[in-house]
Amino acid sequence: MAELDVEVVASDHAVWSGAAKAVRGRTIEGDMGILPGHTPVLSLLSEGELVIEPVQGAPVKAQVNGGFFSVDSDRVTIVADDAQLSEG
Amino acid sequence: MGAQIRVYRQKIASTSSMKKIFKAMELIATSRIGKARDRAQAASPYANAITRAVSAVASQDDIDHVLTQKVENPTRAAVLVMTSDRGLAGAYSTNALKRAESLTALLREEGKEVVPYLYGRKAQAFYDFREREYAAVWTGNTDSPDVERAREIGRTLVDRFLQPTEEGGVDELYLVYTEFQSMVKQEPVAHRMLPLAVKQGGEDAEAHPLYEFEPSAEEVLDALLPRYIESRIFSAMLEASASELAARQRAMKSAADNADELIRKYTLLRNNARQAEITQELSELIAGADSLASS
Repeated sequence: MAELDVEVVASDHAVWSGAAKAVRGRTIEGDMGILPGHTPVLSLLSEGELVIEPVQGAPVKAQVNGGFFSVDSDRVTIVADDAQLSEG
Repeated sequence: MGAQIRVYRQKIASTSSMKKIFKAMELIATSRIGKARDRAQAASPYANAITRAVSAVASQDDIDHVLTQKVENPTRAAVLVMTSDRGLAGAYSTNALKRAESLTALLREEGKEVVPYLYGRKAQAFYDFREREYAAVWTGNTDSPDVERAREIGRTLVDRFLQPTEEGGVDELYLVYTEFQSMVKQEPVAHRMLPLAVKQGGEDAEAHPLYEFEPSAEEVLDALLPRYIESRIFSAMLEASASELAARQRAMKSAADNADELIRKYTLLRNNARQAEITQELSELIAGADSLASS
């Protein structure tokens, strides 16, 4: 099965990167889920929770505070002004 | 004890205490360069991602945005100069200011009014001393810059750029900072930040897929570009801080070396003086004994 290559970066450090099955985030127009094979998109994030489901292990949750993300041939880049990995 | 010896002793003592200070500052700078470079490294994924996104959006030719449009006849340009807060870093600040001066002269020649924005106490002192005007100044912690400061500067500059020219807005935006090339080479450079130099078409266009934009291309670009400017400013600040520390380390190293050299010289002179004194005392004694014996 195809995987997403996910990279989460905040303005002064890299937060998380790795392979994932799915990414869910909140854009300014509502929640958005991304699965492998998604069409290329550039979208603005609003404040909210970002959930990454890695290929292995428990979902990674991060609190994101504005920014944007781009999807481009299974490469997901989440560029946040500020991002903190939250517990769980 | 002869006056001469005392003078040399004092000089040796003060030079060696200065040498201790230089050595300490050198060590501090050395330990902090690594940290500064790590921070620059840590910020680079963000800068890369945002640059990629901006060039992807901007290369789509149907989008016209204020921040990418060139004004027909630019009349006013803002120049942001990055120097250090503290001295003792050799020619670091001077070189950056010199670069800014030559850029200013060039822009004036092209008939543009130059609005300086200053970063670092050294730049402020330079402008204050010459009683020149500047639009704004930011000082404090140039050797460990934070993101908030970069955001603040970015916002100020973008706001000024978005103002219409008649109301005092600027048409162009330049950035002068010191590029960190290696531990021994830091070069002051000047870049134009705005309007963005977007490569239209060409081979580069192939690299970017056709994105869909949510909510719309304009809104995405609106949100992206200020962030891009902030990120450029932040990386410049980080690089400038690494350069500052490297310049300081080198300056302190040569100061400590010079202090060593001085101490060596004064020690020789002191020994000379001491020897001369002993010789004189001896010859006085011998002369005295001689005169006693012969009388």
